[in-house]
Amino acid sequence: MIYRENGQFKTSYRADQQIFPILQDRIAVLALLAIAFVVVPFAASDYMLRAILIPFLILSLAALGLNILVGYCGQISLGTGAFMAVGAYAAYNLQVRIEGMPLILSMLFGGLCATGVGVLFGIPSLRIKGLYLAVATLAAQFFVDWAFLRIKWFTNNSASGSVGVGSLDVFGYSIETPVQKYLFCLAFLCVFALLAKNLVRSAIGREWMAMRDMDVAASVIGIRPVYAKLTAFAVSSFYIGVSGALLAFVYLGSWEPAAFNINRSFDVLFMVIIGGLGSIMGSFFGAAFIIFLPIVLDQLLPVLGSMVGLNLGTAFVSHAVFMIWGALIIFFLIVEPHGMARLWSTAKEKLRLWPFPH
Amino acid sequence: MGFFLETVIGGLMTGMLYSLVALGFVLIFKASGVFNFAQGAMVLFAALAMARFAEWIPQWTGLEGKFLNNALAFVAAMVVMYLVAWLVERLVLGKLVNQDGITLLMATLGIAYFLDGFGQTIFGSDIYKIDVGMPKEPLFLFDKVFPGGVLVNEEDLVAAGIATALVIGLAAFFQYTGTGRALRAVADDHQAAQSIGIPLKRIWVIVWTVAGFVGLVAGVIWGSKLGVQFSLSLVALKALPLVILGGLTSVPGAIIGGLILGVGEKLAEVYLGPHMGGGIEIWFAYVLALVFLLIRPQGLFGEKIIDRV
Repeated sequence: MIYRENGQFKTSYRADQQIFPILQDRIAVLALLAIAFVVVPFAASDYMLRAILIPFLILSLAALGLNILVGYCGQISLGTGAFMAVGAYAAYNLQVRIEGMPLILSMLFGGLCATGVGVLFGIPSLRIKGLYLAVATLAAQFFVDWAFLRIKWFTNNSASGSVGVGSLDVFGYSIETPVQKYLFCLAFLCVFALLAKNLVRSAIGREWMAMRDMDVAASVIGIRPVYAKLTAFAVSSFYIGVSGALLAFVYLGSWEPAAFNINRSFDVLFMVIIGGLGSIMGSFFGAAFIIFLPIVLDQLLPVLGSMVGLNLGTAFVSHAVFMIWGALIIFFLIVEPHGMARLWSTAKEKLRLWPFPH
Repeated sequence: MGFFLETVIGGLMTGMLYSLVALGFVLIFKASGVFNFAQGAMVLFAALAMARFAEWIPQWTGLEGKFLNNALAFVAAMVVMYLVAWLVERLVLGKLVNQDGITLLMATLGIAYFLDGFGQTIFGSDIYKIDVGMPKEPLFLFDKVFPGGVLVNEEDLVAAGIATALVIGLAAFFQYTGTGRALRAVADDHQAAQSIGIPLKRIWVIVWTVAGFVGLVAGVIWGSKLGVQFSLSLVALKALPLVILGGLTSVPGAIIGGLILGVGEKLAEVYLGPHMGGGIEIWFAYVLALVFLLIRPQGLFGEKIIDRV
């Protein structure tokens, strides 16, 4: 009844090509942005911001980047953690070595360095495909892990490989409180999400999708595989690098290479798969799911245990979280292999006919 | 020269153990097209089961004799691995027929998480010992040829022997039994195999059981060497590059890939490592496999990938 596009006629190409062609969608997105920018900073507690919302925003950005590579271009990558680490350490080096470097510039520089490394490790994708490529990208993961642990120059000769940044300043404002950090990440995410959405519906996005659907056929109709695959690697690692820099600077503050280990790569890949391959919206859903789930389980299990009169030890809880986590992922893959984005679009279809489905 | 040989032999031994883990990957990938990330978790789970049953069975039954108890524990662990295989087929793979490779891969990651948590919940999370009476003495070979000879761990020799026997056994199983022939048929073409009446579901259970068995043997050998602990499941990450190096679908590839990478890794660590800050074992195998794949994208013995439009 509410969600109908009847009577919304497009009279120009511009209107026809909007990101959200339906008026109700536009209103909903604006309302969501208003809530995110205005209401949440006032309503959310510091814990909520620090432990849930900030990592959610940052990892959404990473999932967005990975979704461009895996979901749109069809190249499976398990090296996300490595590209995040490159972004974080490159931004750190620029920040430390050049006095008075603007924060945003260092982060973008981190992204650019990740782009370089991403393209380098993307070159094999021209010959290696599918699962072979997935394992080959693990080379990036282990090599980068090792490089930041052993090559002291990258970590500014710190003894343990752990580095940290001091205060964060953007345009003369210092970012200290969780609310400020939250808004900073949110601004980044909005800009990059808009860019991504426009990229994937432009010519280059269509090239990526053609590559994903069948690369031989795509190259037969004149799409350059080298260009398409390497740009996908470049854009994706840029996003991932920036999100790595954000994660390190804003969320962690001080970090060591282990913060970007292989589990990080798996987590982001889970976000992309569970959220929905080839969907910008899906990246957010996936990130939300993967961030919330362990927190909820950690809190819920002891409570449930005490309700039935059991005192669950911490060791048991941590193992049980592992088990439930694995089981839920499998459950989700079985119930909706195309991810939450598919659920979302089904819901929208239903809503269009509601309340008279026939 | 003696030192060089020592390094090479040490590399061959570890390579043999890696390929034991890699075998599990290859078996499952061949028969079901699933890239089984849970192989490491299965090794850990099987080793945990073995270690704990070896402890529990004497307590339950009061039986004496180390060999008997170890044998019983091995059988019990095998039954557990069969149950795991059956449940995996029943609850996971059977419901994910015809999905993309990456979805299946993620599902096996889910299995890995589950097995890690489950194994440590029921079997405990300490470090356990598996004592199957592996000889521990160092052995000197060729001491007539070189001064000092070549130092080899007797345990490694026995392990390599077991691994070789296992591989020969598996090859015979695949080549000469009816079930083995069915497995090869499924590996060649799922649909064709199904259309001539090979029950896919049963084949999958069998293949996961065999992979569990291989995992159990790998777990026992690794476990008696290093102790059974969580880090055992990371052995799988060491085995991945040799799987792609040898070719995802090739059993001999897994063995030869393991030997190549085992030797390469050890030589690199000993001769290259000191110049690069050490610890290069972690990535060397991956980079080697990557470079190799650039030349032969399907691995050493993998089936040639033919693109059809």
